[in-house]
Amino acid sequence: MNKARHNPINTAAMHGALILYTLIALFPVFVILINSFKSRRAIFREPLALPNADSFSMIGYETVMKQGDFFLYFQNSMIVTVASLFFILLFGAMAAYALSEYQFKGNLVMGLYLALGIMIPIRIGTVAILEMMVATGLVNTLWALILVYTAQGLPLAVFILSEFMRQVSDDLKNAGRIDGLSEYTIFFRLVLPLVRPAMATVAVFNMIPIWNDLWFPLILAPAEETKTLTLGSQVFIGQFVTDWNAVLSALSMAILPVLILYVIFSRQLIRGITSGAVK
Amino acid sequence: MTALTLTNVNKSFGEVHVLKDISLEVEEGEFVVFVGPSGCGKSTLLRVIAGLEDASSGEINIDGQTVNLVPPSKRGIAMVFQSYALYPHLNVRGNMTLALKQEKQSKAVIEERVATASRMLNLEDYLDRYPSELSGGQRQRVAIGRAIVREPKLFLFDEPLSNLDAALRMNTRIEIANLHRALDASMIYVTHDQTEAMTLADKIVVLRDGRVEQIGTPMELYNNPANQFVAGFLGSPSMNFLPEGLLGEGQNTIGIRPEDLFLADDGPLTARVSHVEKLGGDTNVIAKVNDHSVTARLFGQHAISEGEELRFAYTADKAYRFDTNGQRLR
Repeated sequence: MNKARHNPINTAAMHGALILYTLIALFPVFVILINSFKSRRAIFREPLALPNADSFSMIGYETVMKQGDFFLYFQNSMIVTVASLFFILLFGAMAAYALSEYQFKGNLVMGLYLALGIMIPIRIGTVAILEMMVATGLVNTLWALILVYTAQGLPLAVFILSEFMRQVSDDLKNAGRIDGLSEYTIFFRLVLPLVRPAMATVAVFNMIPIWNDLWFPLILAPAEETKTLTLGSQVFIGQFVTDWNAVLSALSMAILPVLILYVIFSRQLIRGITSGAVK
Repeated sequence: MTALTLTNVNKSFGEVHVLKDISLEVEEGEFVVFVGPSGCGKSTLLRVIAGLEDASSGEINIDGQTVNLVPPSKRGIAMVFQSYALYPHLNVRGNMTLALKQEKQSKAVIEERVATASRMLNLEDYLDRYPSELSGGQRQRVAIGRAIVREPKLFLFDEPLSNLDAALRMNTRIEIANLHRALDASMIYVTHDQTEAMTLADKIVVLRDGRVEQIGTPMELYNNPANQFVAGFLGSPSMNFLPEGLLGEGQNTIGIRPEDLFLADDGPLTARVSHVEKLGGDTNVIAKVNDHSVTARLFGQHAISEGEELRFAYTADKAYRFDTNGQRLR
């Protein structure tokens, strides 16, 4: 680091603020994790204590493994999240490319129309969506969720990606055209790699709400074989009795995959492979 | 045989008429430079020739074939861009071979053309590097190499030197001139830099506001400009324009090149020096005649200081006369 431009007080203050924020953000996760390894009584007696020899218990995890088809829920969540992200990124990038690259009548209006979805929450249309899914026979299938989440994610994806695609050098695309590349090759081989950081941003923004969503799984796919993790965990929460051990264990396990996906995408965010393309 | 013929080419973007009725010819093996101030349509014209923009009307003919409806890759052209536009995910070899692979050339042909091009451009040591690992000059050479391997009928250069620094620009300029001699290919080169235009061109096309102002060899344009715009655009420092009234009678404009002014005690122009640029070999004197700024380029070194009063003279056959519309009077 350049000593001339960084004084130690500023650096300390900056790190202090970041560390504080990290602690605040991680605290709930930490509490969930430690309590998932404690016996029921220990959870209520001292919620913030670490598990020790007395209070340590795997009962929550055992319940989760025994009751309900936890791995199926897990798999459902994974399929829905990954498939939705794939379609959001694919269709979002394609629409964004069309809007930013080709001048056609109604280009601007189309862009505004697609961006409108950012301002209107998709849940307003829940009843209509349910009717539509019933009519098409998609209720209680994972496709119902994937389609809804794709629709929910597209507006922001198109908005962010078209802004980034406008910045991709025209010369590069034209060089491709002169070299005989098709528009598809230009899109997939030249443009997409250059907007990878933006794609990662969109993926991260969309991933967590989809993974955590309870609303649409509950309404569109509540059947046993299509339950997602979040919905599956609800069996432990009752109106009168809640099995906190099981809930906390299920949540702890639910955190892991998002964490892994997040690490993958955030590496893309910071990777600067694009330098040297132009100038 | 002509390499390129444009017949009454027009281009509009909506209401904006960018190219106005442009007709010109590029002979085979000729180096033609499009020059003009920014916004004059020279890059658009190049893109129309390349097929990256459609002409609104008019005919584009490359090597005897009308190409208005032919896609860029099939026009037999290769283009070098100002921003290099190298493919970031391919190494130098990959950048140079991509177009050939698209054309389904055989491996042996590709191998041989890359070898020839990289030898010409001194790129042999860099074939496995990625664009991000190259300097600006090397990137520009790769971009030129990518054009050479295609063996096009027509090379198009879009301000290829404007991202390079001054020293590199001069070297690359000489390289491009050598390249033209070695390949004996037809080339079109767009620039706003009149030095590049003068030094490289067989033929210069001066453009202004989407119209061709004059076409000719560099010396023709320099010695015999058709109008005040061409006269003022070519030559550095640029030509002095003085109202005829200052030197006698009349409404016209007199143009005198800075190098045609010389010091004379009985000269007709009395000027007060406002600035002196001492370049060693030359001395540029910027002076005021009444309210009109005049630049004189004197050979050698002169002890002239600001505020001094000097008298300049010129020979009558070196003075150009332009009417009030800027047209040359002969």
